[in-house]
Amino acid sequence: MEKVSFLTRNFGKYDTNSIGSYMKIGGFSALRKAVAMEPLSISDLIASVKVKGRGGAEYDMGRKLSQARAVQGERKVVICNADEGETTTFKDRELIKNDPFNLIEAIIVAGFVVGATDGYIYMRAEYSCFRPLLLNAIRQAKSYGFLGENILGKGFDFNIHLYSGAGAYVCGEGTALIRSLEGKAGRPRMKPPFIKQSGVFARPTCLCNVESLSIVPHLLLDEEQVYAHCGRGDSIGTKMISVAGNVNNPGVFEIPFGITVREIIYELAGGVQKDRHIRLIQFGGASGKVADESILDTPYTYEDLRGAGVMVGSGGLLVIDERTSVLDFLRMNQEFFSEESCGQCTPCREGNLHIKIILEKMAEGRATAEDIRQMHKIARVMSMSSLCGLGETAQNTLLSAMKVFPETFEVGGKRA
Amino acid sequence: MSEMNKEAEVPTVNLTINNIPLKVPKGTKIMQAAKEIGIDIPHLCYHEDQRIKAHCRLCSVEVTGRRRLLAACSTEVWEGMEVHTDTPIVRDTQVAILQLMLANHHKDCLSCPRNQNCDLQQLCSRFNIMESHLPSVVKDEPRIVTNPAIVRDPSKCIRCGRCIRACKDVQGIAALTYAHRSSDITVTTAYDKPMERTDCVLCGQCSLVCPTGAIVEKDDTDAVLDALQDPRKHVIVQVAPSVRVALGDAFGMEPGEIVTGQMVTALKLLGFDKVFDTNFGADLTIMEEGSEFLHRLEHGGTFPMITSCSPGWVNFLEKNFGDFTAHLSTAKSPMSMFGAIAKTYYPEKAGIPVEDIVTVSIMPCTAKKYEAARPEMGRDGRRDVDIVLTTRELIKLIKYVGLTFQKLPESDFDSPLGVGTGAGAIFGATGGVMEAALRTVYEKYTGKTLERLDFHAVRGFEGIKEAEVDLGDRKVRVAIAHTLKNARLLMEQVQKHESPYDFIEIMACPGGCIGGGGQPIGTTNAIRKKRMAALYEIDKNLPLRKSHENPEIITLYKEFLGEPLGEKAHELLHTHYHKVEKEYTF
Repeated sequence: MEKVSFLTRNFGKYDTNSIGSYMKIGGFSALRKAVAMEPLSISDLIASVKVKGRGGAEYDMGRKLSQARAVQGERKVVICNADEGETTTFKDRELIKNDPFNLIEAIIVAGFVVGATDGYIYMRAEYSCFRPLLLNAIRQAKSYGFLGENILGKGFDFNIHLYSGAGAYVCGEGTALIRSLEGKAGRPRMKPPFIKQSGVFARPTCLCNVESLSIVPHLLLDEEQVYAHCGRGDSIGTKMISVAGNVNNPGVFEIPFGITVREIIYELAGGVQKDRHIRLIQFGGASGKVADESILDTPYTYEDLRGAGVMVGSGGLLVIDERTSVLDFLRMNQEFFSEESCGQCTPCREGNLHIKIILEKMAEGRATAEDIRQMHKIARVMSMSSLCGLGETAQNTLLSAMKVFPETFEVGGKRA
Repeated sequence: MSEMNKEAEVPTVNLTINNIPLKVPKGTKIMQAAKEIGIDIPHLCYHEDQRIKAHCRLCSVEVTGRRRLLAACSTEVWEGMEVHTDTPIVRDTQVAILQLMLANHHKDCLSCPRNQNCDLQQLCSRFNIMESHLPSVVKDEPRIVTNPAIVRDPSKCIRCGRCIRACKDVQGIAALTYAHRSSDITVTTAYDKPMERTDCVLCGQCSLVCPTGAIVEKDDTDAVLDALQDPRKHVIVQVAPSVRVALGDAFGMEPGEIVTGQMVTALKLLGFDKVFDTNFGADLTIMEEGSEFLHRLEHGGTFPMITSCSPGWVNFLEKNFGDFTAHLSTAKSPMSMFGAIAKTYYPEKAGIPVEDIVTVSIMPCTAKKYEAARPEMGRDGRRDVDIVLTTRELIKLIKYVGLTFQKLPESDFDSPLGVGTGAGAIFGATGGVMEAALRTVYEKYTGKTLERLDFHAVRGFEGIKEAEVDLGDRKVRVAIAHTLKNARLLMEQVQKHESPYDFIEIMACPGGCIGGGGQPIGTTNAIRKKRMAALYEIDKNLPLRKSHENPEIITLYKEFLGEPLGEKAHELLHTHYHKVEKEYTF
């Protein structure tokens, strides 16, 4: 299997506490290049290789930036979403830890494209250990004139602020993240207004994931079009994935789109512990969907995974071996959402509670066919009508499991 | 001209709802568009006077081409939109959401204060929900009864957030807020303190917007029934000016209908020995407050002088601007003045021992229950007003005795405390106290007869109004604010010694008492405006429109009180308020 190193190519190549060290390997040359370009040609470049939002929503990143530029408004904001709250997802952590200056450079470039005056990094509380690293990177970038007023003599003023979250999963959702950033309780709000028009402190805001942003400087310097030549079909380039669960070598890997799930699990992640059978694989964290072993030979691309009933999402893969039953796994997953719903909207607040109750009843062997029917109905209503993405996706796992593992939901030998 | 043309050319949008084509102005939300063609999309968190929350999700509808349902309250229509409000998934969703709410709701409907007047109950009836498929998950939480005005029942709360918005956006107080998350989310106060120990002023606006029985007035109807049935007691009742233009709402009458006569008949049929008018008390307040203002003008005093008849406002000032109590008029509110007279002058006049007299007041207000319980408002260990009922509780009593309210004949208030002028009537609307005061102050100060009684500058629904009145040798600058959010703005000027006014009227509730926290469920700003118009209509049609011309007031001073601000008046009709220290600050 071919090894790629595009997003990770700076890893271990410089002293992450030293801007001089970063500049020696070509750091900030992407920014120099960017500020000499037409901002929209940068978003066009990103769109040309079909970069999709890497936080999980899979929104066209080039389009997001060009739309953000088109919004009329003073003092626009770019937010780097480093909340990375999705379970089994820890790839942004590696990007922050191993290449902080690239992230800072990326945020400045995004700010230039959008026409923003401020960038915020919203980083999850659990990553507080990286605060000194990022604060130092911001300070050094400022002292070198890459942040502040009139950056590189181009009349571009931009600053970056670092903000730590307080630990709620829902703060990965755009509007909740913004409320949290504003110092309010991190609860989502309805849209409109859309955050691109009225986001943090009511300023036009462009919110991008760490990985989505991190691609940009590399792409700007990619004269040989290495990125464009990676991948398969419409899934161009490489992807950071994090593999967790019952595998021998869990961790973060950069892969070219198109390698198979089997290659990911059995080559990169070293296979299942003690060669056990796979019970299920959850793609994209707690809000993702599940598959059984039949997905192993599916190429890891946006399109192929969707065809197989799952999604790339956040890029997390959780491998569960035969020792854990589907039901126990679902109960664990449900426990998470029963804790993390913000509680504002009825379907998500009450729905998560009742689904948890029914799953417990199933575990105790007391569930009736009517219970299973209610559970399916509540899950569907939640995904159709919840206020935000959390409620919409909270039952992805359950609904996909009901399709993939129908025998789990049989009561008295009959399917509900 | 060009301005008018622009207005005429509001862009429109074509859409269909359930295949019915319609054209609505751009920016219309699906819910309002559906209303245009007679479709009521169910909703609970939505309230027409509030910012959209989109929390309950009950208004979810299907829009062709959209994968998910959209909330009709928050989604603007677009050209070519195809909305469906009655597809299987929409119906499933509405019923499932109601089922989910019911499973987390204390369903003691038969003994709930909001029985038959509950949005949740009505929707369950509309969707024919006969049984709950889900186990009850409601937490066993007791009712919170810690003050004389507001009772909370968390086990009935559906977390719609209407009370939070009323408290924060209308009043600028934010005593209520969400706490915790997921199924533990709750509406509560900071540190879970009892409401009266927070910034809450007991205005009751939360109870007015609550769709269920989670926040209600403290019910005192039993105490009134007990008194009425006690043969030894002489039970008299006074009714606030704003009740007579709101009461009809509950009996299927048009909002703003004037039902004074039927209301008096109903109270007599309920068994009250005498039915008196708080408008009389209002005229008395003007006599004292007007004289106080003139006294301050002539002999110096703290300016601006500020009215003190709204108990929510007085509570607000005591808690938030406690160093400025000297600005408040020392004149008691109409209710409390009436109470004081009813427990002093009236027993003498009627020849009934004071200990046998029970005074009841019907108020548009929850905070009046607190005002009546204040130690300042009584004498010899006896309360001046024994029981305060809100308009809502009076509605219950009228239903209890089985009266067909609409068909009742009209009767007049009793004497001697039953005559009120037009000035007293308009106390119920924001700006009314000021107008009433100006009518008297002008004539007393100038010695001239006022040609035009209507002070249009002080009328209307605007948040803060101001006017200048020419008293001949000097001008008086006045301001009027309703809602405590606006009151705070005027008080911040006072605090900075930048207030340009001589006299300020403040009412805690939107629109004044006509929009009070004790008014019928369903009170909206549109309805408040109709009630306001009705009060000015009453004023216009009364022969007497100046408080100092009220013959019963003139008699009262002659026979009993002496002069306004005199010794007896001072003892009975004036009081002082005091700073209340906060238990916490943020």
